Amino acid sequence: MAEVKIFERPKSMTDVSTHYCPGCTHGIVHRLVAEVIDELGIQEKTAGVAPVGCAVLLYNYINTDMYEAAHGRAPAVATGCKRVRPDLTVFTYQGDGDLASIGAAEIVHAANRGENITVIFINNAIYGMTGGQMAPTTLLKQRTTTCPFGRDPKANGYPIRVAEMLATLEAPGYIARVTVARPKYVIKAKEAIKKAFQTQIDGKGFSLVEVLSTCPTNWGMRPTEALKWLEENMIPYYPLGEFKLPN
Amino acid sequence: MPKGRVEVLEEKCKSCGLCVEACPNKVLKISDRINSKGYRPAEQFKEGCVACKMCAMMCPDVAIEVYRVES
Repeated sequence: MAEVKIFERPKSMTDVSTHYCPGCTHGIVHRLVAEVIDELGIQEKTAGVAPVGCAVLLYNYINTDMYEAAHGRAPAVATGCKRVRPDLTVFTYQGDGDLASIGAAEIVHAANRGENITVIFINNAIYGMTGGQMAPTTLLKQRTTTCPFGRDPKANGYPIRVAEMLATLEAPGYIARVTVARPKYVIKAKEAIKKAFQTQIDGKGFSLVEVLSTCPTNWGMRPTEALKWLEENMIPYYPLGEFKLPN
Repeated sequence: MPKGRVEVLEEKCKSCGLCVEACPNKVLKISDRINSKGYRPAEQFKEGCVACKMCAMMCPDVAIEVYRVES
C-alpha cells in the first residue's frame, strides 16, 4: 500500500515556528495566504507589508518580499510599492488595533482611492501584543484590561464594522468578512482570500478580507473555548459574507 | 471510505488542541510526551483516519501532515 501526502506546509511559508500563543488563529490565516500565493503562482512577484501588533514578525513566516510599516501605515506603504511596481502583487496583513484604530485614516483613504492592493484584516476584538486592551472592535460588555467592567457604549462608543463601513465607498473592488472558527469556515476564508488576490491581479481595485479571529490568551480562555466564544458572540455582531464584488 | 494517516510534527506542535476538537472521528489526542518547547504534542492514537484534513486545516502551527493510503 502506497501513501500519498495530501497536506503539507505551503511553499510560500518559511520553515520557522511562529511566536504566537498556542491556539492563536494568526497561524491559520498565514497558511491560507501562503497557500493562495502558491496556487496563483505569484511567490516571486509578491510584496507583503507587515503591521505593528502580534503579526509584526510576519516577514519571518511568509516567504515573499516583505516590508515592515509603522503602526497603522501599512496601506500607505503598500500604495507606494504598488504605484512604483504595478507588476507586483502587494498585500498588507493588519490587526484591528493597527487597521481600525491608529491606521483608520490610512485604510479609509487607500480604499477610497481604490488602490489596487489587497488587505488581510484580522479582527479579534482586542489588542493582543500589548496585553489585552480595548480595541475599536471590542464587543459591547466584553471585558478587557482598559474596560474591566465591560465595554460601555456611553463611554467607549460601539464596535466598528470595518467591512460594512468600507463597502459604502465607491472605489473598492472586493470586500468580504470570513472567519476561521471551524474547518467549514476555513475553506470559505481561503476562497475569499483567493478572490481578493485575484481582484488585484485583474486590476479591479482595492480588496479587503476581514477575518474574525481569536485571542485565547487575552480573552482568558482555552483555544477551543475561544473558537466557541467567537461563533456565539462575534458572528452575530459581525455577520459573515461578501459586501462588495468586482464589476 | 478512504484511509489516511496523520503525522504530527512534534517540535512544531503547541498543544492547543484545535486538531483534537476538529477531528470528526476523534482519532487524535494530546500525548504524554513533552517536546523541546515544553508542550505536549498531539498524536494519532487509533485507526480510523479518513484523510479529511480537517485537523490540518485548523492547525495554527502547520504542524500536521496528512497522508492518504492508496490500496
